[in-house]
Amino acid sequence: MSFDLSIIWQNLPDILAGFWTTCWLWAVSTAGGIVLGFLVAVARRYGGRLIASVLGVYVAIMRGTPFLVQIFLLYYGGPFIGISLTETPTGLIGLVIYGAAYFSEVFRAGFEAVPVGHIEAAECVGLTRWQTVRRILLPEMALLVLPPSVNIAVILIKETAVLSTITVPELTMVTSVIGSQYYAFVEALTLLALFYWFLVEVTGRAGRWAEAKLSRYRFAN
Amino acid sequence: MNSTVPAIRISGLTKSYGETEVLHGIDLEFASGEVTCLIGPSGSGKSTLLRCIAFLEEATNGLISIEGEALGFAMGPGGNRIRLPQAEVRAVRSRIGMVFQQFNLWPHMTALGNVAEALVTVRGMSRSDAEARATRELERVGLGHRAGHYPAQLSGGQQQRVAIARALALDPRIMLFDEPTSSLDPELTGEVLNVMRQLADDGMTMLVVSHEIGFAASVGSKIVFLDQGKVLLEGSPTEVFGKPRHPRIDQFLDTYLDRGAATLI
Repeated sequence: MSFDLSIIWQNLPDILAGFWTTCWLWAVSTAGGIVLGFLVAVARRYGGRLIASVLGVYVAIMRGTPFLVQIFLLYYGGPFIGISLTETPTGLIGLVIYGAAYFSEVFRAGFEAVPVGHIEAAECVGLTRWQTVRRILLPEMALLVLPPSVNIAVILIKETAVLSTITVPELTMVTSVIGSQYYAFVEALTLLALFYWFLVEVTGRAGRWAEAKLSRYRFAN
Repeated sequence: MNSTVPAIRISGLTKSYGETEVLHGIDLEFASGEVTCLIGPSGSGKSTLLRCIAFLEEATNGLISIEGEALGFAMGPGGNRIRLPQAEVRAVRSRIGMVFQQFNLWPHMTALGNVAEALVTVRGMSRSDAEARATRELERVGLGHRAGHYPAQLSGGQQQRVAIARALALDPRIMLFDEPTSSLDPELTGEVLNVMRQLADDGMTMLVVSHEIGFAASVGSKIVFLDQGKVLLEGSPTEVFGKPRHPRIDQFLDTYLDRGAATLI
C-alpha cells in the first residue's frame, strides 16, 4: 500500500465542495454565535434574576455536554418536539447554539473587566444603558475579548467535523466517503488535517492582526 | 429659576447596605451659587451622600430635590415614597455634573472624544458641533493642546481636568466632586484645585467631598462636617473652623495638618 495522491486529484471537485461547506458553516456559525452570545451576555447582565438563571442553565448544559450528543439530540430528538430540519440547518443551528454559550462567557467576563466607574461616568452624562453598552463597554472590552474569541472560533472550525455524523456534506463527511470508497484513509485523513490546520492558521493570524490594530488604544492607566 | 428654591434639598435621607445603616437621616439644603465642602473622617458617609445626590446610589429612605424637582423618588398620595420613571430621573439628573476620584475617563476615546461623547449621543449634536464645543471646554480647563491625547497619555491632573470639562460640556446647574484630588500627588492637586476655584468664581453651585481642608476653608462658602453618618456641624468656614471650635473638629484637624489645615490651627 502506498500513499496515492491520484485519488485526491480525481476527487478534487468533491473535496473542494466539502471544504467550501465547512468554511461557510463555520463562518456563519461563528458570526451567529458571537451575536447570540453577546445577546445572552447582555440579557444575563441586565435581564433580571429569572432570565439570568435560565440562561445560566443553558450555558451550563452547552458547556457540560459533548457537542456530538447535542447534535444527535437536535437531529434525532427534534422531531419528537415538532422540530424536523434537514441535516445542514440542524448542523448550523446546533453550532450557533453551542458556540454562543462559549462566546457569552467571554463577553460576560469582558463586561466585568470594565471598571464600574467608567459605567457610572456614562450614566452621569446621561447615556442610556444600550448607549453605554455600545459606546463604552463594547469598545473597552474589545481588546480583552478578542484572543478568547479567536480561540473559540478555532474550536468551532474543528467542531464542524462532528456534523459529518448527521451526514452534513462537509469536508470530513466528503473525505471519509472517499477514504472508504478507495480504501485510502491515510490519504483522505492527511488531507483533511491539512485543510483544518490551514483554516486555523488563517484565523489565528487574522486574530493577531486585529489585536495589533486594536491595541493602539493604550488601555493601561 | 426662583432664587428661593434651593439648588439641592435633602430631607430625612437614610442609606443602608443590608443591615448596616451608613447615613442616618440627613437634612440639608444648598443654595444656588454656593460652594459647599463636605468634610469628615473616612467612613463618615460623605461620599455615599454625594453618590445619592448623583443618583448613583438610591437612598433607602428620604427625598432629594434638585432645583425643586424630585430626584428619583417622590412622595405618593398615601405618604409612601414612589420611584419615578427612568426618563424623569435622567431629566433631573442632567442638571448635575459629576467628577470622580478615579477620573473615570473612557480609555478608548481621546480627551476630545470623552468630552464630545454625550453631546453627540445624548444631546444629538453633530460630531463637528460637539467637537467645537468640547474644544472650548478643554481650553477652559487649560487643555486645548491635549485634545488628541488618550487618557493614558495624560497625567492624573490633566485627566481630572478633562473629566471636569466632560461634565461642564453638558451645562450642568450643579457640580458634584467626589474627592477629586485624592488620587493625585500634591504637585498635580494644585492644577485641579485651580480649575475648581475658577469654577466657583464663575458662580457654579458646587458640592465637594474633599480632604483638602485648605481649599474648603478658602473657597467653600459653606462647610458641612459629617461624622458617623450624621451632620455634626454646618456653617460658614469661619463658624466651623473658627475658635472656639467643636472638640470633634479640633481632633479632625489634628490629623490633617499636611492638607492645608495647619493654617487653621
